Amino acid sequence: MNALKRYLNSFLLVELLRGLIVTGRHLFARKITIQYPDEHTPVSPRFRGLHALRRYPNGEERCIACKLCEAVCPAAAITIESTQRADGSRRTKRYEIDLFKCIYCGFCEESCPVDSIVETSFYEFHFEKKGDNVITKEQLLAIGDRYEKRIAADRVADAKYR
Amino acid sequence: MMEFATHAWNALPAWTQLTVFSLVKIVAILVPLILSVAYLTFAERKIISYMQVRIGPNRVGPRGWLQPIADVGKLLFKEVIVPAKANQFLFVMAPLLALAPAFVAWAVIPFTDTLVLANIDASLLFILALTSMAVYGVIIAGWASNSKYAFLGSMRSAAQIVAYEIAMGFALVGVLMAAGSLNLREIALHQAGGLHQWYVWPLFPLALVYFIAGVAETNRAPFDVAEGESEIVAGFHVEYSGMGFALFFLAEYANMILISTLAAIMFFGGWLSPLPPAWIPSVPVIGALLGDGVHWLLFKISALLFCFLWFRATFPRYRYDQIMRLGWKVFIPVTLVWIALMGATMFLTPWGFIFH
Repeated sequence: MNALKRYLNSFLLVELLRGLIVTGRHLFARKITIQYPDEHTPVSPRFRGLHALRRYPNGEERCIACKLCEAVCPAAAITIESTQRADGSRRTKRYEIDLFKCIYCGFCEESCPVDSIVETSFYEFHFEKKGDNVITKEQLLAIGDRYEKRIAADRVADAKYR
Repeated sequence: MMEFATHAWNALPAWTQLTVFSLVKIVAILVPLILSVAYLTFAERKIISYMQVRIGPNRVGPRGWLQPIADVGKLLFKEVIVPAKANQFLFVMAPLLALAPAFVAWAVIPFTDTLVLANIDASLLFILALTSMAVYGVIIAGWASNSKYAFLGSMRSAAQIVAYEIAMGFALVGVLMAAGSLNLREIALHQAGGLHQWYVWPLFPLALVYFIAGVAETNRAPFDVAEGESEIVAGFHVEYSGMGFALFFLAEYANMILISTLAAIMFFGGWLSPLPPAWIPSVPVIGALLGDGVHWLLFKISALLFCFLWFRATFPRYRYDQIMRLGWKVFIPVTLVWIALMGATMFLTPWGFIFH
């Protein structure tokens, strides 16, 4: 009886009609495509995108060249050289991140005692020349200056979950 | 000026006038056909993407409406490559062999009661002969390419067409038994009188077999083993690029439209309105819209073409042996039984009127 039922189901195209109904219903379903360059999906405040070095509100750079980030970096993407500034404080002479090596794990941000190195929620970046993938201290500070508002807002939004 | 033109026209010999007239008519059929092929590809991409909950092409022109134009432009400017060890003559001929029958068949299609390029007596036979020709394009393309994938594709296509041509032919035998004519115009006119007179109802299994065999005949999904992207790259047209490929594309879609048109004429009353003539009000515009006319034929063709696209979005490709089984062991017996049943009913019982 079951075999007969199955045979009739396929002979009378019942199975195929069922399939057609499924696709027919989806024809009118709401489309989920995001028109990317025009529309964006929402980004979490925790998103780990492009790196940045932050400054204190008075303009002083936060980084104190403790090299914790360099030590914790699992991909060894960070290179730091430190020096003593004229006022006697310890600062970085060189702070470079190789974005090809970086795996965007966020450990550098976790390890930073002064919240200097951060990963922003900015993810639309590219390189045009070989070598551009290594970003220097000046570039990192510039990114920090440019996105400071967004960076600060993201930290505030995420603070209560930490 | 006008007078001069008329004089010049009348001065031409009769055969020249006939040739010019025929050429104009041919262009009047083919240009809309090619345009509808272009927009059928667009409709296909849009409908399939909507069924897959996507949006589909929407970057070229407003809402993507210029996409087919861009595609044609791209194909026109691509290099035509003939493989080094291909049979050059056949390689170039194959797309034409595929395209010509798909176009020629339109000569006998009645668009309305009077609008038909060549109203020959046995137009159904003419169509059958021509649609079987189309497979030569595929086979020759596969053979001339001197490529294993192409050859595999054409062998599959040949076996498939042999199997489905028979079922298709039998389905048409049912139609001509019911109509008592091989002329497409008369077949359509036999279905006059409204929706309930259409041949889909008494010949329902045959209509279904005809349409599915038509899908197989045009190598459309789910019967597209001849192309089989995931198995044999692109099947018979792997080696074709640029316009050679475009011609195959054109032929495939022209054949789709042709199959839909034939199904519309033979089973859905062609240009006839689904309403009985008595119901149609004699109001100027509404009466013309509801009454018989070419717009009904176009509507029916579009609905059937939508089914082609719907099938493609729904069904996975048949395995080769499943195709053979369906063709030989299901379709041919079904059509044969139905034809025998019809014949017996028409000649041995008083219920023959069902089929007339």
